[in-house]
Amino acid sequence: MNHGDHQKLFFWLLLAPFALWLILLIFIPHLDMLSIALRERVAPREYAFSLANFQAFFTEPLYWRTFLRTALMSILATALTLLIAFPVAWYIAKILRGRSKSLLFLLCLIPFWVSELVRTYGWMILLRETGVVSRVLQWSGLVDGPVEMLYNDAAILLGLVYNALLFMVVPLVTALDSLSDELVEASYDLGGNSLSTLRFVVIPHAMPGIVSGCIIVFMLTLGNYLTPTLLGGKDSLWFTGQIYTQFITRFNWELGSAFGVLLLILSSVIVWLGLRLSGQTLSGTLAR
Amino acid sequence: MIPSLPRSSASAALYTAYVALFFVFLLAPLVVVGVFAFNDSLFASLPWQGFTLDWFTAAGDGRTGVFRDGPLLESIGVSLFVAFWVTVLSLSVATTNAFLFERHVFRGREFLFMLMLLPLVIPGVILGISILIASNSLANVLEDRFLLEWDWLRPGLVLVILGQFSFITTIATLVVTARLRKIDRSLEEAARDLGAGHLAVLLTVTLPWLRPALLACGIVAFLMSFENFNTTLMLVSSDSPLTITLFDRLREGSTPALNAVSLLLMTGSGLLALISVLAQRNPPR
Amino acid sequence: MSSDLTPDLETRQLLRRFGHFTAVDQIDLSIARGEFFSILGPSGCGKTTLLRMLAGFDQPDSGDILIRGESMLGVAPNKRPVNMVFQHLALFPMMNVADNIAYGLRRRGTDRHAIAAKVRTALESVDLPDAGDKRIDQLSGGQKQRVAIARALVLEPRLLLLDEPLGALDLKLREHMKVELKQLQQRIGTTFIYITHDQSEALVMSDRIAVMQRGRFEQTGSPTDLYYSPESAFVAGFVGDANRWRGTVTQVNGDTVQVSTGNGLQLLCSSKQTPQQGETVSVFVRPEAIGIGEAAGGADNRLEGRIANLLFNGANSSALLLCGPGEDEVRVALPQTGQYRHLKRGDVLSLYFSAAQASCFGGDAA
Repeated sequence: MNHGDHQKLFFWLLLAPFALWLILLIFIPHLDMLSIALRERVAPREYAFSLANFQAFFTEPLYWRTFLRTALMSILATALTLLIAFPVAWYIAKILRGRSKSLLFLLCLIPFWVSELVRTYGWMILLRETGVVSRVLQWSGLVDGPVEMLYNDAAILLGLVYNALLFMVVPLVTALDSLSDELVEASYDLGGNSLSTLRFVVIPHAMPGIVSGCIIVFMLTLGNYLTPTLLGGKDSLWFTGQIYTQFITRFNWELGSAFGVLLLILSSVIVWLGLRLSGQTLSGTLAR
Repeated sequence: MIPSLPRSSASAALYTAYVALFFVFLLAPLVVVGVFAFNDSLFASLPWQGFTLDWFTAAGDGRTGVFRDGPLLESIGVSLFVAFWVTVLSLSVATTNAFLFERHVFRGREFLFMLMLLPLVIPGVILGISILIASNSLANVLEDRFLLEWDWLRPGLVLVILGQFSFITTIATLVVTARLRKIDRSLEEAARDLGAGHLAVLLTVTLPWLRPALLACGIVAFLMSFENFNTTLMLVSSDSPLTITLFDRLREGSTPALNAVSLLLMTGSGLLALISVLAQRNPPR
Repeated sequence: MSSDLTPDLETRQLLRRFGHFTAVDQIDLSIARGEFFSILGPSGCGKTTLLRMLAGFDQPDSGDILIRGESMLGVAPNKRPVNMVFQHLALFPMMNVADNIAYGLRRRGTDRHAIAAKVRTALESVDLPDAGDKRIDQLSGGQKQRVAIARALVLEPRLLLLDEPLGALDLKLREHMKVELKQLQQRIGTTFIYITHDQSEALVMSDRIAVMQRGRFEQTGSPTDLYYSPESAFVAGFVGDANRWRGTVTQVNGDTVQVSTGNGLQLLCSSKQTPQQGETVSVFVRPEAIGIGEAAGGADNRLEGRIANLLFNGANSSALLLCGPGEDEVRVALPQTGQYRHLKRGDVLSLYFSAAQASCFGGDAA
């Protein structure tokens, strides 16, 4: 064998695991899910092509309202995360130097090293009726009786934002770190102020990081089951909860698959829109 | 905005206060989880009833400490088993992927790279159900047509491993690819020049170069698997990993034993974090 | 097969193309045993491609490479009796100094005791006897340089290829390493092939230099040959400093040519190419070949000019003068004997140089 043949052989050997992984674990399962979503049981063990599952989704208000609510709250949570994380990322990337900088950055990573379940449990201890915050408020005399702060939308948002912060801070710090101080100084030198510098220098530079953070946070939020269920209680009305109910409780895989397909379409459309509006590409943001 | 530009001391103080508040917010839930593991009470809440180690060691009297809790310990074992295999599989495929994308120029490379990123934009729950559906279909076909009973295709640990592997591989590929991209190709040429064959170059230069990334990435993969909930939930059967067990207990009503096991988890992953930080300190450039 | 007269390296009609671009254009080259041979050229001239073909990292489209008479075509880089010092040195950061030097010996399967002994000798030969246990990032720039050279030389190659290894060093260290490299090469007697774009590196160290441009050798010769008798306008302009005027030939008299510049200067020059009357030519005169004041025995060319600028740079100081009716710019070296210390802008100087110092080349517009 000559050099070229060797190269070709290696190429196929490297392509094989990649192809197996993507085809067997991503493509076939999703096509299978689509095919099940598009069928209806007509007799025991007999199925026919049908749009009934999607019809059920659009005719039952509980389903599509939950769907819309999940989408809107996910977008809201993503925006909140960005707003909260940006000043912190700027502080770490641009204000701090040396040791304190790496220390604070590591501190930001700590929640990642703790399971989402533990983090959410922590919030439950803080927020429930018998929880720490409620007791402290009673002691201080601000309230008369116990306050239940769990099981409402604010608690769900809080938990989602908390869990997502780190995935926003890290790409933002990386993006802002690579912004040279000189560019900011030049903007001021040429007559810019904080706002115009942010608008015309900082944000365009950090855009890949911002988009990358937003995509990851949005996906984590939209596909989350744990946090809405624990912090929102039985009536959390999160779409993944509907999927879980159809699959595990009701054993209605057809409807559950249809929900899955819809959620996938929703996430793809929103991610695509986000990339279009910001002028970024998937490879350019996620793979840096 | 940056230290070299003048700003009022009031706004500077306000900014610092905001960042401080942020870190309080970040650490508060973790701190309460840890502290209440030692509360001598049946509930993880105030008032503070005094210090105890019961939630780690007690057996009986309505209190079961973590170390005496058979099912809990078992599920830790399950999680370790799953995380081990997920790490091995995803690191192996990530490494071959990195060589595929960094060392070969072929038509459709950009496109395949984009496909590689797809699992990041698929919600975790969907990954879980799609794999559940596909493996179930396959199992049904095998059973109906060939009378084969492949139980591993039904919900269980194999599917949990596959489900987690499907998206952790993408993250691992990104890390390993980034490291491979940074190698100075003249190092490999120098090795060739000094008499090394292709395999020797790989073993003595390229893989040692990748080692810090592989180690750090292995730790991250292990942890992501250990902590995964959304994908795992759809694929488990009776052997449940720790996160699933904890979730069920949490819904039944919790005792500070949950705090104790959480604290152990935090300590464990804290140690892993330390290793990973040390591994990334002074990586050869 | 090979006798002492067989050249260490020969290339025959070596050709390498990238698409429509010819990087190395049918180069014939012969380098004798123990020579320090430099290939000098601007970036993009093809010298790196040539070197990579010698090392085996690139394959020629046609032609042959012979090392001591043996063809290297189809021989993998790890099987060639050639070693290289890389541009950025390519020291393995994951190994210490001793392991870097032992790397090639280990690949050969040399036994452990012999390796240890050879590594020690190699480190001593580059004056770093105690550096074996150091990490690469603990070394200074110059030490890294020496380790890279030791790592290649410990394999006792027929040829040592050096790819601009001094480029990354600061000026002082580079000056020092030039001398050190030349002395090292003379001591060990290995054939060195050194590529660089820095004429001073090539001039100081080499026994012979090939000036390369657009994939071809413009001229090959000793440093003094290239300096005193360049054979093309490119070599005259690239090796050393030179004043350059364009003009028209007004008279040809054997080797001596009279040239009139567009601005009205009349110059007496020498040319090996015997240009035609009326041909457009370039005239090159080195700043250091121009005398100041009155020539003792008369001179072929005399000019008078006003100082437009003084460029003080220690030993390399010079003055820019405007000469002749069209104010042609002339650069003159100012020897720092103190004699010219008080010159100032606007002073008028008389200049002279012989026709032999003014080379004239026709045709080539480069």
